[in-house]
Amino acid sequence: MSVKPNLSPKKNPMPSQPPEVRAHNFLEVATGYDEATAVDEALRCLHCKNMPCVSGCPVNVEIPAFIEKVKEGDFEGAYEVISRTSSLPAVCGRVCPQETQCEAKCVRGLKGEPVGIGRLERFVADWHNLHSVQPTERPAPNGHKVAVVGSGPAGLTCAGDLAKKGYAVTVFEALHTAGGVLVYGIPEFRLPKEIVRKEVEHLSELGVDVQTNMVVGKTLTVDELFEMGFEAVFIGSGAGLPNFMGIPGESLKGVYSANEFLTRSNLMKAYEENPVTPIRKGGRVAVVGGGNVAMDAARTALRLGAEKVYIVYRRSMEELPARREEVEHAQEEGIEFRLLNNPVEVLGHENPSDRRDPKNGCVTGLKCIRMELGEPDERGRRRPVPVPGSEFVLDVDTVVIAIGTSPNPLIKTTTEGLSVNPRGGIIVEEATGATTREGVFAGGDAVTGAATVISAMGAGKVAAKAIDEFLSKES
Amino acid sequence: MYRIVSKTPLNPTVTRMEIEAPFVARKAKPGQFIILRVDETGERIPLTVAGYDREAGTVEIIFQVVGATTELLNRKQAGEFIQDFVGPLGVPSKLDGLQNVCIVGGGVGCAIALPIARALHEAGAKVTSVIGFRNKDLLILEDDFRAVSDRLFVMTDDGSYGEKGNVCVPLNDLFARGETFDEIITIGPLIMMKFVVEAARPTGIPCTVSMNPIMIDGTGMCGGCRLTLHRDGKPVTKFACVDGPDFNGYEVDFDEAMSRGTMYRDFEQAARERVCNLYRTQS
Repeated sequence: MSVKPNLSPKKNPMPSQPPEVRAHNFLEVATGYDEATAVDEALRCLHCKNMPCVSGCPVNVEIPAFIEKVKEGDFEGAYEVISRTSSLPAVCGRVCPQETQCEAKCVRGLKGEPVGIGRLERFVADWHNLHSVQPTERPAPNGHKVAVVGSGPAGLTCAGDLAKKGYAVTVFEALHTAGGVLVYGIPEFRLPKEIVRKEVEHLSELGVDVQTNMVVGKTLTVDELFEMGFEAVFIGSGAGLPNFMGIPGESLKGVYSANEFLTRSNLMKAYEENPVTPIRKGGRVAVVGGGNVAMDAARTALRLGAEKVYIVYRRSMEELPARREEVEHAQEEGIEFRLLNNPVEVLGHENPSDRRDPKNGCVTGLKCIRMELGEPDERGRRRPVPVPGSEFVLDVDTVVIAIGTSPNPLIKTTTEGLSVNPRGGIIVEEATGATTREGVFAGGDAVTGAATVISAMGAGKVAAKAIDEFLSKES
Repeated sequence: MYRIVSKTPLNPTVTRMEIEAPFVARKAKPGQFIILRVDETGERIPLTVAGYDREAGTVEIIFQVVGATTELLNRKQAGEFIQDFVGPLGVPSKLDGLQNVCIVGGGVGCAIALPIARALHEAGAKVTSVIGFRNKDLLILEDDFRAVSDRLFVMTDDGSYGEKGNVCVPLNDLFARGETFDEIITIGPLIMMKFVVEAARPTGIPCTVSMNPIMIDGTGMCGGCRLTLHRDGKPVTKFACVDGPDFNGYEVDFDEAMSRGTMYRDFEQAARERVCNLYRTQS
């Protein structure tokens, strides 16, 4: 069958809730392609022989092959192609930075927009979740036991890949719900928790045992996992303690780390009416930082009812590290970007005549200084330098600090033989994820510090392959 | 799900529960805490471990009914289950080598001070305990403390039981008589710990306090439990969940900790009233 390719230079637009509507609800922003749009978009793929897109994908999804199936209207077939290499397609289709990965390599992008690979992946995964009735086949056990620490993107990917090979995998999760950053960090309006739940359920069908409320490093140590009969351990314990700026006033009431703000809203569902876990709703909010987490926090604050939300970032838009799409969404929703502004102090209410004044200790403003770009630093980014005498006060009552995290300290402090770098990240061999301790592998933010979902998945995949080789060699 | 093995009221607002949680019981040490959720939509609250039975696989918690979650927990009966129970979290109290210790507990904080006093007593240390309550009705664990202490001072603010006055009264007496200790360990309301630290400061005796700030994950992820220490004149940010809950009392910024503790006071009050009203309409 020869079908005419779709030569439109533009992607089929992603149907989305209008900004003025979505700014006030937690429903998903993008609503997804329908079948006809998906087929039309698939027809934009030229099926290049050398498949540059595949090399741009950290988990090497066979992109042209799945797009071919979409063209044919065989959506379940497309899903099967994707799931050969990706354990979490519905997640990746939503949160991967495709514009710097697969789509950055797409030949169609040379003249016009690349094929909407991410949108197609999402469509296929959603179609499968909605329509598939095929029960998941459980692979024959190979008799080996592997422990996975953490149920975020790295851990889930590693667990899924190993389970498909017949390993008996147990995932140990510290929180009460599986999913890691996918449930505590990324907001509902970007990644509905129902989707994460389905992906975890799929792993359970493959035979993966997920144990919640298990803090490895506390409840159990890595040594005890080996004593329990696990032959290899993968550590995907994720990002840890939030960084603060070290400026006066960061302990005032109304100052949150992004992790705390997002965990309260996402994991603990503080956005609901009469929540059991409290969060500041409304008011005027400044989010400090320019990454995707800062965008998530700002857009969450808006949806919680804030009358004004600022992003405060010390460099310019050019250096701002968040995905373009997230920045555009935030701007459309009315979030104001205060670029080349650097906070120097959080101001608080003080009433010396009434020490019981409940407003005492609450945030009343964020004092910032204007910055200008100076000489490039060692990484080539122009260094921001303060403009003397340009201090001003941003009128806010809530401040969210989103300037990154350091790897979680619990495992490294309780595991002998595990080397970490000066920033606390576990040291691994990049090609295998092998740590300095035999049988222990690691990947994701626990190794790299805060990065993306897909790079964590890539690391989980690399480690799963290495664990398989390690355990096949032994027997 | 974690089974409630037993439930004992200690006074009108304080309850002791034993929870079946074998993994936590195997590892728990004095000074550590757990995080629980009562039901599948519940909030996460930290409670310090009050005791454990490694063989039976049970962990003891003692809590005061102060908010919605403790209200819900207190309505559970022995034989029923709670949704989540994770731990042991935090760093255990450092008790090695201590031979002469003063334990100062206030209110429900005595529940956390008790396992420390017990551990020290069992290790052969001389234990002086000072426990304080607002009044006789709120007194808890007197016999338990007596069993593990070489000396016990029971104080009530209104004098309705024991001696009248706060916990600093016997402390100042002891200091005035020139008594000294290897360490003072104090657990209770922030304001009480602040005064104990101030009473102890002139003596230079090491003084450890147990902090109980607002927490969510308890594993070093959210940073909500941060507090400021003043070390060599410089402020240092620490996280109670992974760096504590025990800290050098002379360094802790109590005023800031007290202020942070009030952040959700109105919310908590309203939430508790909602729970109480719900039960009222159901019964």
